Amino acid sequence: MGSTLTGQGSATPLAPNRPPSPFGRAASSLRARPRIGDPLFKLATGFFAVLIAAFAVLIMVEMAINSKLSIAKFGFGFLTRSVWDPVAEQFGALPFIYGTVVSAVIALLVSVPISLGVAIFLVEKAPPKLSNPILFIVQLLAAIPSVVFGLWAIFVLAPTLRNHVYPALQSTLGFLPLFRGNQNGLGLLTAGLILSIMIVPIITAVSTDVLRAVPGTQREASLALGSTKWEATLIVLQNAKSGISGAIILGLGRAIGETMAVTMVIGNRPQISASLFDPSFTIASAIANEFTEASGEIYLQSLIELGLILFFVTFIINMLARLLVWSVTRGEGRGAHV
Amino acid sequence: MHSSVSVPSSAVPSVGEIQTRRKSELDPATAQSAAPNKMKIENVNFYYGKTRALKDITLSIPPNQVTAFIGPSGCGKSTLLRTLNRMNDVIPGTRIEGRVELDGEDIYAPGTDVVSLRRRAGMVFQKSNPFPRSIFDNVAYGLRINNLTHSRGELAERVESSLRAAAIWDEVKDRLKESAYGLSGGQQQRLCIARALAVEPEVVLMDEPCSALDPIATQKIEELIVELKARYTIIIVTHNMQQAARVSDLTAFFWLGEMIELNTTEKMFTKPDKPMTEDYITGRFG
Amino acid sequence: MSNLARRKLINNSMTVLTGLCALFAVASLFLILGYIFWGGVRGLSFGFLVNSPKPIGEPGSGIANAIVGTIILITLGSVIGMPVGILGGIYLSEFGSNKFGLLLRFLIDTLTGTPSIIVGVFVWTVMVHPMGHFSALSGGVALGIMMMPIVARTTEEMIRLVPHSLREAGLALGAPRWRVTLGVVLRTAASGVATGAMLAVARIAGETAPLLFTALGLNYLSTNLLQPMASLTFQIYYYAQSPYEEWHDMAWAATLVLVTMILALNIAVKILTRNRHQQA
Repeated sequence: MGSTLTGQGSATPLAPNRPPSPFGRAASSLRARPRIGDPLFKLATGFFAVLIAAFAVLIMVEMAINSKLSIAKFGFGFLTRSVWDPVAEQFGALPFIYGTVVSAVIALLVSVPISLGVAIFLVEKAPPKLSNPILFIVQLLAAIPSVVFGLWAIFVLAPTLRNHVYPALQSTLGFLPLFRGNQNGLGLLTAGLILSIMIVPIITAVSTDVLRAVPGTQREASLALGSTKWEATLIVLQNAKSGISGAIILGLGRAIGETMAVTMVIGNRPQISASLFDPSFTIASAIANEFTEASGEIYLQSLIELGLILFFVTFIINMLARLLVWSVTRGEGRGAHV
Repeated sequence: MHSSVSVPSSAVPSVGEIQTRRKSELDPATAQSAAPNKMKIENVNFYYGKTRALKDITLSIPPNQVTAFIGPSGCGKSTLLRTLNRMNDVIPGTRIEGRVELDGEDIYAPGTDVVSLRRRAGMVFQKSNPFPRSIFDNVAYGLRINNLTHSRGELAERVESSLRAAAIWDEVKDRLKESAYGLSGGQQQRLCIARALAVEPEVVLMDEPCSALDPIATQKIEELIVELKARYTIIIVTHNMQQAARVSDLTAFFWLGEMIELNTTEKMFTKPDKPMTEDYITGRFG
Repeated sequence: MSNLARRKLINNSMTVLTGLCALFAVASLFLILGYIFWGGVRGLSFGFLVNSPKPIGEPGSGIANAIVGTIILITLGSVIGMPVGILGGIYLSEFGSNKFGLLLRFLIDTLTGTPSIIVGVFVWTVMVHPMGHFSALSGGVALGIMMMPIVARTTEEMIRLVPHSLREAGLALGAPRWRVTLGVVLRTAASGVATGAMLAVARIAGETAPLLFTALGLNYLSTNLLQPMASLTFQIYYYAQSPYEEWHDMAWAATLVLVTMILALNIAVKILTRNRHQQA
């Protein structure tokens, strides 16, 4: 010590002869001094975080306000009525709920086995050199816009189905009401099928994460008892059960919210019919199709009420899915750890 | 691998018939049993990618004895244990040179049925890893997939005898249908032992089975190991030298991938041949 | 067949089956990309990229208006969504470990999962309806609202990845917390935040539904933010639904342009992140 002080350095009782602090005089004293930097920072960033969160609430509120009239007019019956008559100003959500549910179910029936197959292949069977590129390709599939899927569905998928697949379906399973009637390639089944391709990426991605999160010792324990690799995979699947359910439900949430691809192939007719070949409507595609042409306040508000229903359903589904996935990948509730 | 040894259930000793600890039958001079060896390891080198983890290991495992592998962390004892049931096959990039025999047959010969091998050489892991199923289903798992029983009654019998052999029957007999995760750590480990015993292995490989357990649970398992050697050949990896001294008949000391010394436990812990062994045992390093 | 042989047969069959699933997934991407290329490359020309649409029958139609429109809309959306998202993400990672943060995160995730058409309806009710007309501005707002939660979460994740020791080193030098966050932590996480933002841009570039009732579409080139605005996505939708063969071809060509742009962004991000991992 003993260096001479220059500038601001002041000899305090605690630290005589200290060199000047690079952070200014305030830092060389231990006395607390009000800082506005940190609280201001917290406030500023917090404002924006709250803003984003607020939009979620605002959307719900705004849609509720703007469907007041139709809620008042139709009440809960809105959910069970199947009339959709703009002229008589009578509206019911049932056809759209039906279309949404059926197309989503079809999408899940086709995509879940495929997605799980891919995930199992990537995690249990394929070496990293193969699994990484495949995972990337699946991610690219997720990046393709919905309207592009719709375009492809109109000009490639629908004609193929109309000319090759649906006739075969009708000749073999035509006795079922599901497959009766005229088909022109567009309709509920086609919408379900294009949806299934669109939700394969998310179910695969989440399932892969979930399977990877299962501890390797579970697999080893099975192998050590003389099981085949597939039997060990079954044990892994059992460990990942809730996470995989979450992945499937996430896919469901995505499917019911899809708009463009669906509206381009579903035929856009508000009806409930037994045949899957018939045109139909989902909530999202209905809004897309009719919103700008909606004349009359009740018409418009009924569409907005449809949107409100969709919002709530998506909200519940996504919340459920996240809970399920979280419980496996964070390691909660799985296994007593010594 | 053609043998599928199945011991008739009448030969399963009940708790009362378990023999007490026998004196070692090993010849102190050569540390080799008079009976033919259960397993034989000959000039084994093991590689993780480019790294050689095991260097020219040769030793024989006598039947119905407890052989312990001791040594500091990273010396290769667990790796060697896992070569005995080809568990290292699941790790990509590993390679083995040399010969490993079970009852005289090379287990790394091409065409070896790994699934059958693993039934004959069972494994208990460092941290208990019961399946997310009931206690009963955990023990029954190996029996079911290997189709070892032919009736519900037989299955229940085998499960019970395995749980008895693992000295845990009395604690779980009233809650067989409950989840295995409801058991304490020590109980789960004994459950895993029961699960391994259920498929009637000839060899039981134990990879630091007590390292995650409290002293009381450890003592229970050590007593169990001594009882089990009457029916099985046991190889145990442990970093706890006192445990090796208490439990094993034959001890092999490893360091940095090499086997430094192989001796009867008595001799190893009183008058070891190599100075390095003595240093390790007296705690001078590791 | 013995038990063991049967089990092995099942094991091998499952390997084949799951492999087929993976093949299917990979094949569908190439199938779709293949058709886009095959259907769109014929319509591609320099004129296509720089001309605006002409009436049916007239040669020389293009989608310049849509390309410019998409760029304008993405820029608007990013100007609104990125700063809000990044700052919000900073809050979540720095101060969001309590119950309040949990609530915020929950609501933000809800916004992420909201169907894009609903966002469009929302912006219609609060902007388009009061204004009385469609506008590029409202389209930008809708895209921005969609961008915010995505950017916020990726920003949060990237910041959380910065090792604690770096943070502590800054604090130990006596710097105030906000300085450490901005100068040290954010700078370290910058590349990750940037790639997250790029992915968000790629995402909103492909959106159509939120534009249906906000920016709508336009058949000529315009930069007027208070009027409707063309976009690649809307144009594709519009042309695809039309009865004209010529417009169908233009839809494919426009798709080729759009998908090339989006995939390029995604692949660029992948390359950048791989480099980052190799450096670590």
